Amino acid sequence: MGRSMLDVRGLKKVYEGSGRRVEAVRNLTFTVDAGELVCLVGPSGCGKTTLLKCVAGLLTPTSGEVLLEGRPVSGPPPGMAVVFQEYGRSLFPWMRVGENVELPLRQKPLSKARRRELVADALDSVGLADAAGAYPWQLSGGMQQRVAIARALAYEPDVLLMDEPFAAVDAQTRADLEDLVRGLWRERGITILFVTHDIDEAVYLGERVLVLSASPTVVQEQLTIDLPEERDQLRTRVAPRFAELRTRVYEQVQAAKRGVTAPRL
Amino acid sequence: MKDGQTDGQRDRQTDGQLDDTGPGPTSPPRAERPAAANAALGAAGIVGFLALCEAVSRFGIVSGDYFPPLTRVADALVTELGDRAFWTALGDTLTGWALGLAIAVTAGILAGVVIAVVPFLREATASTIEFLRPIPSVALIPLAVLLYGSELRSVLLLVVYASFWQMLIQVLYGVQDVDPVAEETARSYGLGTWARVRHVLWPTALPYVMTGVRLAAAVALILAVTAELVIGAPGLGQRIAVAQTSQAVPEMYALVVVTGVLGLLINVGARAVERRALAWHQSVRGEVVV
Amino acid sequence: MKRLALRLLFVVALPALLVAAWWLVSADSTEVYWPPLRTILTTFPDVWTGERLRADVLPSVLRLLAGYAAAAVVGVALGTVIGSYRRVRAVCEPVLEFLRAVPPPVLVPVIMLFAGIGDTMKIAVIASGCVWPVLLNTVEGVRAVDPVMAETARSYGITGVARLRNVVLRSASPQIFAGLRQALSIGIILMVISEMFAASNGLGFTIVQFQRGFAIPDMWTGILVLGLLGFALSVVFHLVERRVLAWYHGLRTASRRSS
Repeated sequence: MGRSMLDVRGLKKVYEGSGRRVEAVRNLTFTVDAGELVCLVGPSGCGKTTLLKCVAGLLTPTSGEVLLEGRPVSGPPPGMAVVFQEYGRSLFPWMRVGENVELPLRQKPLSKARRRELVADALDSVGLADAAGAYPWQLSGGMQQRVAIARALAYEPDVLLMDEPFAAVDAQTRADLEDLVRGLWRERGITILFVTHDIDEAVYLGERVLVLSASPTVVQEQLTIDLPEERDQLRTRVAPRFAELRTRVYEQVQAAKRGVTAPRL
Repeated sequence: MKDGQTDGQRDRQTDGQLDDTGPGPTSPPRAERPAAANAALGAAGIVGFLALCEAVSRFGIVSGDYFPPLTRVADALVTELGDRAFWTALGDTLTGWALGLAIAVTAGILAGVVIAVVPFLREATASTIEFLRPIPSVALIPLAVLLYGSELRSVLLLVVYASFWQMLIQVLYGVQDVDPVAEETARSYGLGTWARVRHVLWPTALPYVMTGVRLAAAVALILAVTAELVIGAPGLGQRIAVAQTSQAVPEMYALVVVTGVLGLLINVGARAVERRALAWHQSVRGEVVV
Repeated sequence: MKRLALRLLFVVALPALLVAAWWLVSADSTEVYWPPLRTILTTFPDVWTGERLRADVLPSVLRLLAGYAAAAVVGVALGTVIGSYRRVRAVCEPVLEFLRAVPPPVLVPVIMLFAGIGDTMKIAVIASGCVWPVLLNTVEGVRAVDPVMAETARSYGITGVARLRNVVLRSASPQIFAGLRQALSIGIILMVISEMFAASNGLGFTIVQFQRGFAIPDMWTGILVLGLLGFALSVVFHLVERRVLAWYHGLRTASRRSS
């Protein structure tokens, strides 16, 4: 186990208003180590987005805390970047791709030359070096999500949060993007917390998978994915170990939906 | 009230979102309160505004000759409301407005539909419409004066010219919005021109038509009052001009308030009609197209 | 090439036809108020000399621009503040609804009380009539900023002026332009009638002078000039809008194609 990068302790989020009280997240505790790729899966409606927004500092938890490198998160911290599911609404349509990637960097004390370099490098690593001058809406959905990833990379975050980033793209593009994220993670050694409802995706991508229960959410089970570092869409997905892990996670998610704990392996 | 609700929905998205639409309580419960709270805040805003108006002249920030205290304007308003001449003027203004609007709406819809149905007309008229539309209707004031003096027809000329374009443009937008698939479907089932207009064109264009009516209604009031103010056609505008020249300042403000209330009622009414028409439209559209 | 010619024909045909019809119908007109088009056109260069353009048209246009610009700045600034805070909006909304509903021309006599009959009055009239559509549309645009975009900006630490400039105002710009377009036509109306009401120069004043002096062909040329001015301003506005909102039109075309 390496140095812990992200600590979530006893996180609880309750929405309140006009006499109703909705407990979205009950009691969540987990850690993500530096350089780790952790996937969060859970049944739909289980408060994954709420959790991610609390971690990102976009929502204030009712109780509990989130620590980034030991420091409590009370607003969006500079060391974190978020990739949202709705790429079309997360990129600014009035800015060209290059400007979209550059905008967050302008809030940092960086020279113009350094900013350019970061933008070019980030676009290059997602395979969109030529698209800097295009508007996001001129690109396909998959390419737009690549731009959003490039924007996050250029920001040089300690932790990259991804909220069901590939839920709205077609299957082929999705596979490409999964490999892209995996590749970037290995290349750059960033810490990634990846939220998804897709079990295959979680197992294929993650080093560790956290299965969440139905709302009000707790961590149902943690699973280390002991697949080889080198993964590819063809072989990894048909490997017997992949099938085992997949089944295991599937059982846990089903159990989570019913609100019981499945027996351990 | 409507705004209060949209706000509630937006807040739900910005700071209170649960994922997906799975089972369980997915809508954070904060919908009704803002509506009531907003109404209270709005009322506070109105009271504050009125207090400000009163204070500005009471404490001599602005001379009472130019901006009389609210109480005096209210007095003048009460006097006006008791005056039969005021009600005649209000009737005149409303007549000019309603008649002009009716003519403009009818003409706008007819012209729009004809242009839509005859294919080559759309292209042929585009440049002419683009040229005539921005011509300010007030340019016609001198002509109206010469032709009709201060009669109702002067008012109508200005009102119709201004609101006709609002109407026509909206109808043309609406007609352009017709789904080509729906149009083809209608054709393939052998619907004639009239049936296509009735069942495909009109339902699609209706929301635009209603928007056009709303915009045209506002413009029509502006031009009706303008004609009365500048040409001296009988109506509220003319009464304002008379009050101004005779230095009857509180009366003038009272009349300005009346035109404001009139405008407000027209806006609110037009929006209500629009909303009802839209609800109706969607159900109808669902039946025809699907 | 042939298609281009055809399109040109479509653009020119009807206007040409209408002008020709006007020309023919009015050719032998002896009615005082409907002079032959020929007479109007021959009068035109005599009336609208360089001197007259400088003394009457230029002041009108400058007043319009000054009032319009003031309204745009004030409307966008106030609209941004009101649109950004829900409580402020709730407090202001009913009052704004009322102020917007007042037909702008009745402001002319009111503002004359304060500002006399000089340029200040006219600029103030134009500004106070144009400000409402800009203001209310800005409020709508600012409050309708997409929540995902707002969160994206927040998560990347884009706040304060940077957020206002790069996110909020850009996202509201289509609405703001819709308001500016409405304001332009109101501005022209107010420019003309404030000059008809009380002025010693300007387009509105001149045209009324012609009418009162029964210089009918001159009056007709004045109507033409006003029409041309309205048309020219709308063309300029259209060009600016196309440029500033190029992204918006592109986005709309793109999403229409995909749906």
